Amino acid sequence: MAFDKLELRDIEVWDGNFAAAQALRQCQIDVVAAYPITPSTPIVEGYAKFLADGYVEGEFVMVESEHAAMSGCIGASAAGGRVATATSSQGFALMVETLYQASGMRLPIILNVVNRALAAPLNVNGDHSDMYLGRDSGWIQFDAYSPQEAYDLNFIAFRVAEDHDVRLPAMVHQDGFMTSHTAQGVKTLDDDTAYGFVGDFKPMNDMLDLDHPVSHGVQTEEDWHFEHKARQHRDLMLNVAPKIQAAFDAFEKLSGRKYNMVEQYSMEDADVAVVCLGTSVETAREVALEMRKEGIKAGVVGIRVLRPFPFMKIAEVLKDVKAIAALDRSSPNGAPGMLFNEIAGALFNTDTKALLSGYVYGLGGRDLTKAHLRDLYKELQANVDAGKVTTQLQQFIGVRGPKLAFL
Amino acid sequence: MLEIRWHSRAGQGAVTGAKGLADVVATTGKDVQAFAFYGSAKRGAAMTAYNRVDDQPIMNHEKYMRPDYVFVIDPALVYTTDVTINDKDNTVYIITTHMSKEELVASQPRLEGKKVYTVDCIKIAQETIGRAIPNTPMLGAFMKISKMYDIEFFKENMQRILGKLPQKIIDANMLAIQRAYDEVK
Repeated sequence: MAFDKLELRDIEVWDGNFAAAQALRQCQIDVVAAYPITPSTPIVEGYAKFLADGYVEGEFVMVESEHAAMSGCIGASAAGGRVATATSSQGFALMVETLYQASGMRLPIILNVVNRALAAPLNVNGDHSDMYLGRDSGWIQFDAYSPQEAYDLNFIAFRVAEDHDVRLPAMVHQDGFMTSHTAQGVKTLDDDTAYGFVGDFKPMNDMLDLDHPVSHGVQTEEDWHFEHKARQHRDLMLNVAPKIQAAFDAFEKLSGRKYNMVEQYSMEDADVAVVCLGTSVETAREVALEMRKEGIKAGVVGIRVLRPFPFMKIAEVLKDVKAIAALDRSSPNGAPGMLFNEIAGALFNTDTKALLSGYVYGLGGRDLTKAHLRDLYKELQANVDAGKVTTQLQQFIGVRGPKLAFL
Repeated sequence: MLEIRWHSRAGQGAVTGAKGLADVVATTGKDVQAFAFYGSAKRGAAMTAYNRVDDQPIMNHEKYMRPDYVFVIDPALVYTTDVTINDKDNTVYIITTHMSKEELVASQPRLEGKKVYTVDCIKIAQETIGRAIPNTPMLGAFMKISKMYDIEFFKENMQRILGKLPQKIIDANMLAIQRAYDEVK
């Protein structure tokens, strides 16, 4: 490798953005095409600095929009390079058209999404609106709850996405500000170990392989379009989960840090469980332990991989729970929340008698406090005691004004 | 769990200060968090930054905090924001001011009966660093009041953290930290 290495301490105090930027450096990305946007800016800024300082051999392409950023990534990936970028919110929304191109063309691009609210009203803070917007785009979606996980999941994402049995792009999500701008201890991998985990990029159907010419971005009408989409969905449903599990296992061997498609905390004998994403998972873990001291058998389920959705695993971990809260940090705008729907679907054909209720919380960065979560667990326990959901099925946590509840 | 809230103006270095403190603490094996409320803050706007320190892994990501320590690094914020919000009976205040503790409390009755320490971080920063960047002196004062670490150990670590700055600026910061350590009362 013709670039300089960086000596890292075993534990560095990094925010989620810098952790992701360091991971991109260690993975030696060939091309980053980016249009910076708050709160994800320091990721691509960090990569650009590492590049300018001679710590990466690659290319940084400044473009005129996020649509162009992902288009540049698509071109570079199709040409045969290791490619990544980062975005948030409005930028993510502008990328959406090209996200479907990337997955349909089976290009293993890694997109760090620093989750942020979608306007209007304009808001730079963290919620999951952009993450939810991407969930039908054909990308793999990993979710980090802390800077450590934003670092680790980048390596895992490259290893999975670039596998020739997968060849699908992957997003690594982290909560805007709550993770991206919160400095915490991050246990590092040294440069060689980190690079060794992802390995050299192995191109497939690359356009710069002039001896084997290929076409990318073709048109298929009703004769073939459905077969391509069905094949892509099949690979997401069947190929990806085993590869993710294998990458999690290999990463645990390397680092001692264990990841699961569905994370479970205090769930062994839980009566009541909160299912959520992002930093809320960690806060809820702490509250669950406190509730147990008060006699409520509380547990937490964190979704680590949002797509492909771990449908069977969710049903399995929730089968003996008596009351479940699905927490959605994105306005469903006229429907139950996404997690409520996915969990309901996963449990419907099972024998579970679990009571399921949905909560919308934390929009535009609104704080989810431990007090909120304590009240929530008590409400779930009241549902268990009554043998039915005692509230309406959809409630709001932490919003001012008269109580909002629907369904 | 030790929790700290910084009151600052955007541009005075509270975020850098909070991250620097977290970095020093992390070298001693403790778990740390440093974060801030940004909003659409512009240079000069009032803002808050936060630290959490614990022997256990820190899982709590709520923004709500009942701080053990409140650092005020801009003297006017005592009057324009409520620096006592969500405090506890034993919350300790370290406030940048040119006034004596008695004058300060008389000018802001909210501080009546609180554990208040004063130090003029602005003046110290101006006289040592040459700019009104009161973050590192506040940490020197904190080392004195909290007895968290030996001041020499703290300064050694801060030298590493400030490592990319010119040596002259690093030396000035060390002087500022030591002066605030000596002058806080």
